[in-house]
Amino acid sequence: MGIEQKLGNMGIITTSLEKAVNWSRTRAMWPLLSGLACCAIEMMAAEASHYDMSRFGMELMRASPRQSDLLIVAGRVSRKMAPVIRRLYDQLPDPKWAIAMGDCASSGGVFNNYAIVQGVDEIIPIDVYIAGCPPRPEGLIHGILTLYEKVEREKITDWK
Amino acid sequence: MDEKLKNAIQAIRKDYDVDKLTFRGEYSMLVSPENVVDICRQLRDDFGFNMLSSLTAVDYWPANEPRFHVVYQLYSTENNITLRLRVQVPGENPKIPTIEKLYPNANWHERELWDMFGIQVDGHSDLRRILMPADWEGHPLRKDYPLGYEEVQFSFNAEEIDKKKPYVKE
Amino acid sequence: MVQLQEVTFDELKHLVSDRALTGETMLLNMGPQHPSTHGVLRLMLELDGEIIVNCVPDIGFLHTGVEKNMEAKRYEQAEVMTDRLDYLNTIGNNLAYCLAVEKLVELDVPPRAQVIRVILAELQRIASHLIWLGTQSLDLAAMSMFLYCFREREIILDIFESVSGQRMMTTYIRPGGIWRDVSGEFVQLVQDFLEYFPKRIEQYEGLLTKNPLFIDRVKGIGVISAEEAIAQGFTGPSLRGSGVAYDNRKVRPYSGYEEYDFEVPTATGGDVFARYRVRMDEFWQSLRIIEQGLKKLKELDGAPVRSSNHKFVPPPRSEIGTSMEALIHHFKLWTEGFNAPKGYVYVPVASPRGELGVYLESDGSNKPYRIHWRTPSFVHLQALPFLSKGHLIADLVAIIGSVDIVLGDSDR
Repeated sequence: MGIEQKLGNMGIITTSLEKAVNWSRTRAMWPLLSGLACCAIEMMAAEASHYDMSRFGMELMRASPRQSDLLIVAGRVSRKMAPVIRRLYDQLPDPKWAIAMGDCASSGGVFNNYAIVQGVDEIIPIDVYIAGCPPRPEGLIHGILTLYEKVEREKITDWK
Repeated sequence: MDEKLKNAIQAIRKDYDVDKLTFRGEYSMLVSPENVVDICRQLRDDFGFNMLSSLTAVDYWPANEPRFHVVYQLYSTENNITLRLRVQVPGENPKIPTIEKLYPNANWHERELWDMFGIQVDGHSDLRRILMPADWEGHPLRKDYPLGYEEVQFSFNAEEIDKKKPYVKE
Repeated sequence: MVQLQEVTFDELKHLVSDRALTGETMLLNMGPQHPSTHGVLRLMLELDGEIIVNCVPDIGFLHTGVEKNMEAKRYEQAEVMTDRLDYLNTIGNNLAYCLAVEKLVELDVPPRAQVIRVILAELQRIASHLIWLGTQSLDLAAMSMFLYCFREREIILDIFESVSGQRMMTTYIRPGGIWRDVSGEFVQLVQDFLEYFPKRIEQYEGLLTKNPLFIDRVKGIGVISAEEAIAQGFTGPSLRGSGVAYDNRKVRPYSGYEEYDFEVPTATGGDVFARYRVRMDEFWQSLRIIEQGLKKLKELDGAPVRSSNHKFVPPPRSEIGTSMEALIHHFKLWTEGFNAPKGYVYVPVASPRGELGVYLESDGSNKPYRIHWRTPSFVHLQALPFLSKGHLIADLVAIIGSVDIVLGDSDR
């Protein structure tokens, strides 16, 4: 791995707790298996063979919010669905993150009408917004990597 | 015009006082609400219109008498003919009888009529809202119901609108 | 802060049997967030042990207000909404909408555009069936099928991207033709796909059709007879699985489908396996249509792809610099759109799921007065209680997959 030259014969490396924990959080972030609309299909495509999100330690999508760290809001959120999304987010154990995938989840997109919540940030706090209608799978992967960068910058004082 | 469709329209027009409308080769009949069940039954049993393709309504607000047209799209799989019934419904206390007993798939379509247009369906087995939440106020597809337009943010008014947005705080 | 609304049991009491009131049967909530409901579908299940006594679907979690929103937009603007209805059949939705507008304003479509429309619609049908196959087998624990199907789907999406620039929401078909002519590599890409895909279908058949684990899960499950299917309003593969050879491409042809030689596959049995069989056979028929389409496309090389009626279709960019009339048409169309005559039409097309009908009414202005989408998923979902009663809860997953619902399609 290249790391062993630096370890010496003690098998110890020194780093800050902040860095070590943040690193480990990014390497096994399990998203919630929950899709809403068109973007969910692209999310499935990102998981599937061609784009293969498991290269980034994300192949394990959990169907239960109790077992996941990341909520990908993939698609438009209707007024009827909004309480459900909020409850799903509340059920995620801390630390938790949320991604608004696509224009509809970020801002309402083309649906500026009575039925759609104009941006899912009205109901849950969002870490990363991904543009596109729907975003390409590369876009989603980029969004997740951006979230990793954000997580790696988190301070020990902000931990939950 | 198909011979069988012609027969069906003639038979209905003989028994009931209905108007025939034609547009782009499609045939519609203007029917009053009290006759619609009988006409549907006759069309289904005698002329083979065994499938209800679509059931919807049109709101002609601010016209009030009639305000709504309920549109039934009937189709016959054997004869490959299609016929549309338009039922005029007034704006005050709008009401149509159910055709659920004749066409089982009318159930949800009629629930949608109630949900989206506020048209009461008499005799319906389960008239609840279908698409909107149960506690929703108003009937969205009525023409006097606003679209719910939210102002678009540009660089000159972005901050102003941002202040009004109900962002959630952690 | 959004509050969860309280639903009292009294409102739903008439939907369940008396045994639920005494606690003899159990009420179980499935969804809206559930991996096997293919979207945000909520089912209230009444269970006797593991057997479904009653199933009450609750839809609307993806209600988007598309119909109302389209009424507020001009005819050419409203088309972007159609893509997002049934997001596995975007080209088919564009096609249905454009056919309705063309019928309303009596607009002719050049033959080359017709052929391209048919080729793309059939590719979309294959792509949609691939998603169905992948998710249906994933629900029945055949994980690898999901990965294979998405691999093939990427090839089709690449073709869409090469012609329109977008993978899913193409808005490529426009009233009076298509957006622009296909790119030079289009024919080669489709040809490659035609050579590549048959081998894959055989692989799928090998993995599933004779697989006893799969057969046990799908045979004799969710049976519906032909008469009941028609009464329930079934169309498309779900109806053909009950033995009725009804297909809008045959009985009410559009876009020149009458010139193509293809069969309407049917199966008897009316169960999940029959619907599976029909869709697998449709792969071959779609390939046949695409092959014939490519031949026609070669004959029509260089022909126009947009109608020359510039009252409704914008003139090409090259004409705007030289022709005053073209400039005026261009300006008029992009500032106020076109006015459609007063009237109403209903146009049904065959989407991969069934009959997709557009009821379009105009009041003479430049916006649709009323547009209603008769969507197959809405009708098929309604029959779910009928199909699932008496089956095990594990079979419900197979039944939901077999009627191939898309919640964006049913909730609009």
